[in-house]
Amino acid sequence: MIALLLRDLKLSFRAGGGFGLGLAFFLIVTVLVPFSVGPQSALLSTIAPGVLWLGALLACLLSLDRLLALDWEDGSLDLLATAPLPLESVVTIKALAHWITTGLPLVLVAPVLGVLLNLPVPGFSWLVISLLIGTPALSVIGTFGAALTVGLKRGGLLLSLLVLPLYVPTLIFGAEVARRGATGMETSAPVLMLAGITAASVALLPFASAAVLRINLR
Amino acid sequence: MSIAAKANALWEYANPRKFLETSERVLPFFWITSGFCIVVGLVWGFFFTPDDYKQGSTVKIIYLHVPAALMAINCWLMMLATSLVWLVRRHHVSALAARAAAPIGIVMTLIALATGAIWGQPMWGTWWAWDPRLTSFLILFLFYLGYVALWEAIEDPDTAADLTAVLCLVGSVFALLSRYAVNFWNQGLHQGASVMRAGAITGTDTEEKVSNIYFYPLLLCIVGFVLLFVALVLYRTGTEIRARRIKALLARERARG
Amino acid sequence: MTLNVTDLAIARAGIPVLEGVNFTLEPGRALILRGPNGIGKTTLLRTLAGLQPPLSGSIQGAEDQVAYAAHSDGLKPTLTVTENLVFWASVFGTVDIEPALDAFDLKGLSDRHAGNLSAGQKRRLGLARMLVTGRPIWILDEPTVSLDRNAVDMFASAVRRHLETGGSALIATHIDLGLEGEVLDVGPNKAKPKPIDDFDGGFL
Repeated sequence: MIALLLRDLKLSFRAGGGFGLGLAFFLIVTVLVPFSVGPQSALLSTIAPGVLWLGALLACLLSLDRLLALDWEDGSLDLLATAPLPLESVVTIKALAHWITTGLPLVLVAPVLGVLLNLPVPGFSWLVISLLIGTPALSVIGTFGAALTVGLKRGGLLLSLLVLPLYVPTLIFGAEVARRGATGMETSAPVLMLAGITAASVALLPFASAAVLRINLR
Repeated sequence: MSIAAKANALWEYANPRKFLETSERVLPFFWITSGFCIVVGLVWGFFFTPDDYKQGSTVKIIYLHVPAALMAINCWLMMLATSLVWLVRRHHVSALAARAAAPIGIVMTLIALATGAIWGQPMWGTWWAWDPRLTSFLILFLFYLGYVALWEAIEDPDTAADLTAVLCLVGSVFALLSRYAVNFWNQGLHQGASVMRAGAITGTDTEEKVSNIYFYPLLLCIVGFVLLFVALVLYRTGTEIRARRIKALLARERARG
Repeated sequence: MTLNVTDLAIARAGIPVLEGVNFTLEPGRALILRGPNGIGKTTLLRTLAGLQPPLSGSIQGAEDQVAYAAHSDGLKPTLTVTENLVFWASVFGTVDIEPALDAFDLKGLSDRHAGNLSAGQKRRLGLARMLVTGRPIWILDEPTVSLDRNAVDMFASAVRRHLETGGSALIATHIDLGLEGEVLDVGPNKAKPKPIDDFDGGFL
């Protein structure tokens, strides 16, 4: 299991592995927001938590179609399916690798981008906390979508269509935490809901992803 | 007759031929009764009920809005049930019924959204508000779109049936979660559920609920929409079965070379 | 580990392709799978590897015993030869990749990225992977594609050594490997179309 994780991380950091693309996308989206809504700092600080959450979500989405498709194309998935590792572990590790290479970096740069959008000071810690709790759910849900569309050529657009509705609860509670944090409101209820969604997704969705992957390998 | 024997009798309809024969026999009944219920319900509702003292004649769109909204949700529940049957018992008709129902669900959702917007404009002064109910229906619409798109994208019919069935299960959980999330996120303008409440039926409830005069034609419309839905699902499932048969015959021709 | 296949029927994309497949593969033996293109050899091998369920019939002795080599090698172009092999070795819980490198003469290439190898070298690396799985039953789908004469001999002797140490191999191939093994021709097992009136189940 560790071997698979290390291999995926190594692949992502090597040339053409796509590490950093999500980050760059996040940065660009954030920079484009003031151009589209105007430079008024009051407006920007109101929308900053939501924009940062949406940007992070889209950046996560961006790398999903490589998550399993590359292993599918070169035959690794067939071989992994015949290996002693259960597919449930394979998809969990893949989701973890995706989170480490995409989700975690997004969490780390989000405060910097918060500065660009005039995020109110109390909002910074809550933004990081909400992303830290919420991004694992994004990776796990995304892995399910990637498993559904793995056998399809040009499955990328379909993948977005399938995954984005599934992202709705995570986005609502995640952005709610950041928004309430930024305005100094009570955050414990949405934090709990967000943590609940992440915990349940991490615990249950790998079974669905593995089942779907088995169907696709057939 | 034991219960088990009866249950077996039900599964007989999982045979495509048996399904086609039976559905063709009962379809005219569903078409006619649903047409009758909807026409009578709408005429009664539109022309023979008084205007609401607050909402005026705009309230009458309820005869389309509420049945469509109910069917939009029930259609997804039906797809969930047939998907489960497919995953557990692998009856092809069940999977095809889910596939056949999805576009009907899309249309019902669109009707509910459109009539809601038309109603909302005079009442709330806006075509669209990010009210929890409206938002939930919009999300439901997205789930339907994804479901149909996945069916369309996969060539092998059994794989497509399996994958969409799993998507339907997972999607149901997330749709429910979205419903709660959306409620949490915005309390909204929409009036409370107005139909399926004891108070609404007996007329003892608050003025917000639908009163008796409106209720009976509305009930008729709802029954009509349910029958229409059943008729459409049976009809479309029959079409899907025939399409599958054509595909299977073509594949056989090719295999013979 | 004996592989026992009884009355196996398999389908590709829902259409039956082979039926009534019977054979036994004892340790130390090799079985060469033959049959015209498109008959379902790959589907049969995938079924035996556990990647797809059979339509009917039984497969005994395959679970967790099979190492499968498909048309594609599952190599990562940005990893070196060693890294690729070490990965598969650790997935299968073995450690030593040296014998595998030796058997396919990959020592000199061990630090090259797999993406920079020629087609034949990649294939050799893909086959070397079989050695690090430590599994007794090898299932090989057209293993000699893009191998030169010399590499085919390397492969044949690797299989021979595997058989000598109690392993077995099922190989779909069209060329003569010089192995002493029975031949299983699946040509006569081509699935017959069902009668047209049978409208149950699979719509035919």
